[in-house]
Amino acid sequence: MKKPYLIIIYFFLIFIFTTFYFSLDNKKIYDTESIIGKKINEVELTLFNNDKFNINKISNYKYTLINFWASWCAPCRKEHKNLVRLSKIQNLKIVGVNFKDSQIKAKEFLEKMGNPFFILTKDPEGKKSIDFGVYGIPETILVNQDLIILKKYIGPLDLKDVNEIKKIINK
Amino acid sequence: MKKIFFLLIIIFMSTKLFANEDVNNKILKNLRCLVCQGQTISESNSDFAQIIREVVNDKIQEGLTEKEIYKFLSEKYGDWILFNPPFKKNNYLLWLLPYLLFIFGGIIIYLMIKKGLIGKK
Repeated sequence: MKKPYLIIIYFFLIFIFTTFYFSLDNKKIYDTESIIGKKINEVELTLFNNDKFNINKISNYKYTLINFWASWCAPCRKEHKNLVRLSKIQNLKIVGVNFKDSQIKAKEFLEKMGNPFFILTKDPEGKKSIDFGVYGIPETILVNQDLIILKKYIGPLDLKDVNEIKKIINK
Repeated sequence: MKKIFFLLIIIFMSTKLFANEDVNNKILKNLRCLVCQGQTISESNSDFAQIIREVVNDKIQEGLTEKEIYKFLSEKYGDWILFNPPFKKNNYLLWLLPYLLFIFGGIIIYLMIKKGLIGKK
């Protein structure tokens, strides 16, 4: 007599347990997993002297770091010394994308803090950065010669990240 | 005659414009703002949402379809940016569970009626 009711109760208990089990483990924040291993799209960036720079040209270098930064961004200031460290590594070139910034202030920033960028581009409207899956700055993407994204760092690069990048390059 | 002709052109252009606006709004309402708490790109005033709004508008002007725009953005940010994620093997339970519950519930009700547990006074 009571069997159908018991089935319903058991079923709902299992349902609630499974829902909680899966949803508690589910990260509700954006992560970089979806773009790792993907090839970067052909994007035309603008250099500081207003010449065009096609991102495909970085295939000339063994490894490239694409760093999104701005002079108004405090965490960018924090990570800058690490970018300068990385710029001294052989086989690694750094492409800077100045995000929604004033060119004059960006230049002043680099004069004061040092210029780690092999190529310096600008994205005054922030639209080009969407092609790289950027949603805030600083963000950094490590790309190999085949233009495959090896790693993406959200937030300022710290010493641990610098060592990890060195490790990937020296593999 | 000329007036009617110009009027027709204006009507045609405005319907095209409104159609684009509808698609634009529909897309923006189906995109998640990644830097906000549970807001759509359409609702959010964040910097990220403003840029995405401009990019979506540009893509529509370039002639991309709604699906192509979703594909472009999910390639960059994953399916997490879509409020209506596509049917994939890792989310099949999400899509099928309501139907399974419906069928299962129906079977239970059927069995209960058959056994006379409900429907009789």
